[in-house]
Amino acid sequence: MKSLLKDHAKIIHAIAASEEIIGRKKLQKIVYIAKKLAFPFQERFQFHFYGPYSEELTLRVEELCNMGFLDEVKEKKGGYYQYRYTLTENGKEFLSLNEVSMPNLQECLTDMNNQNARFLELVSTVLYFDTLPKEEVKEKIFTLKSKQRYTDEEVETAYQYIANLREKAGH
Amino acid sequence: MAYSMEKLREEKVFKDPVHRYVHVRDRVIWDLIGTKEFQRLRRIKQLGTTYLTFHGAEHSRFNHSLGVYEIVRRIADDVFIGRPEWNEDDRLLSLCAALLHDLGHGPFSHSFEKVFDLDHEYFTRAIILGETEVNQVLSRVGKDFPIKVAEVIAKTSKNKLVVSLISSQIDADRMDYLQRDAYFTGVSYGHFDMERILRVMQPREDQVVIKQSGMHAVEDYIMSRYQMYWQVYFHPVTRSAEVILTKILHRAKYLHEHGYSFKSQPIHFYSMFNGELTLEDYIKLDEAIILYYFQMWQEEEDPILRDLCCRFMNRNLYKYAEFEPAKEYKKLAELSVLFEKAGIDPDYYLVVDSSSDLPYDFYRPGEEEERLPIQLLMKNKEIRELSRESEIVDAISGKRRTDHKLYYPADLLQDDSTEPLIKKQIRKLLEIE
Repeated sequence: MKSLLKDHAKIIHAIAASEEIIGRKKLQKIVYIAKKLAFPFQERFQFHFYGPYSEELTLRVEELCNMGFLDEVKEKKGGYYQYRYTLTENGKEFLSLNEVSMPNLQECLTDMNNQNARFLELVSTVLYFDTLPKEEVKEKIFTLKSKQRYTDEEVETAYQYIANLREKAGH
Repeated sequence: MAYSMEKLREEKVFKDPVHRYVHVRDRVIWDLIGTKEFQRLRRIKQLGTTYLTFHGAEHSRFNHSLGVYEIVRRIADDVFIGRPEWNEDDRLLSLCAALLHDLGHGPFSHSFEKVFDLDHEYFTRAIILGETEVNQVLSRVGKDFPIKVAEVIAKTSKNKLVVSLISSQIDADRMDYLQRDAYFTGVSYGHFDMERILRVMQPREDQVVIKQSGMHAVEDYIMSRYQMYWQVYFHPVTRSAEVILTKILHRAKYLHEHGYSFKSQPIHFYSMFNGELTLEDYIKLDEAIILYYFQMWQEEEDPILRDLCCRFMNRNLYKYAEFEPAKEYKKLAELSVLFEKAGIDPDYYLVVDSSSDLPYDFYRPGEEEERLPIQLLMKNKEIRELSRESEIVDAISGKRRTDHKLYYPADLLQDDSTEPLIKKQIRKLLEIE
């Protein structure tokens, strides 16, 4: 299919490559980080209270659920709800008819999917401010995300993690 | 007297159809309005291609920016003043951020951003921090004042209360554009009691909360947002114009990349085509320039560019059909092949447009979402999310509603002078036979 629904196909591809993604926040951060690694996702992100967030991505995922290509399961975890996303059979068939080529994406997604949402929030925030020097990025994180209480070591780990991801992405 | 405190000898007032008057006393605000970067907003329509559906929708980002400023001014000067949670030192910062929040929007920015991978937020920041008249005015307030304003607009400021005035689920930006867009389109949906909402707003450390007694006024605001979303912002005819506009830009870019020789050289587009757009180039762009090219390109040799520009300029838009991707994506593939066989390039003439392609949203209370919901301050001082208290909000925000349309040029498909059999097949598939 030529250039039709290709942005939807990319999101399905990302979820298929991850097998499943648990948590809306995690999904947002994974797509944002992948986009920053130069994978061609089109969704626009803005900084919100908890970091980079895309309303377009939220809507696109809703559309994919409504289309029956994604399965969304709401689960109670502790005191809050979270959402688990997997591909349906229809989604698999759609993807098989809509080739998406993003070499090295799967390896990056598998890696990110193994991290927790809190760490991915930190990584995506570091990437959001990637034009600033490291010291200023740290200051941003410690003030804007004071409630998360990230440590200096965690920020350093995030930088290292980004370097490793970039290598995996090969961009 | 410090420049930041300087007042005009006489208050300036702008007549405004939505707020009746926009009042300016601060010298800084008056000087910002006079900058060429802010005046440029007069030449950029607030609703892009919506004027092709609602002929009244010719209002500009200049009107809207003044409106957002006026709402924040009323909040600061009439509602928050004297409250212990409100810092008077944040007043000018709030007013400047409100006035300048859309400064980086370009002409038909939604389409341009998609095709050329631009970001109006980036340009807002670049104008505020770059070598511009706006930067000169802000820098007179203080060396770090431009960056403070830019951070509020980018939502990366630590001053979350000020951020939430301009950008949250119930902010000055939305309160202005809903009313203004309703006024200029002539629809009856966008109205709500803003004065009442302003009266029940209370500042907190991180955001504005709404007193429980104002819940019904907020319900009206949410309903208006919901109605405007589906009736105006997501209007299928407006989307058709937007689809054609986007395709014109794609075609012009494609032709440039393939060495096509334009009769009317797109000088103002070159830096966008080449991904080298500077701030100086960007500020020069407005709708008059873009429409000049569309006008001239109606005489280009390239039949696709010529046809698309004729369609846009003369409002010969694509027709549309409801489209259900889940059931019909195979039909779409079939149509795409048939379009090619009929000599109608499906890349330009067969388009699926989805609700997620829009820059507007409706209220979602959000579980695990990134956005702060609207919080009600209950009589017992407890804070409760709006949809938990309001059945109306719960009813419209809990339901998922998405929409897809398939756009096509009905006139080309009805023209049986070439490939009549294939076109007949297409019409049958589109159910327009």
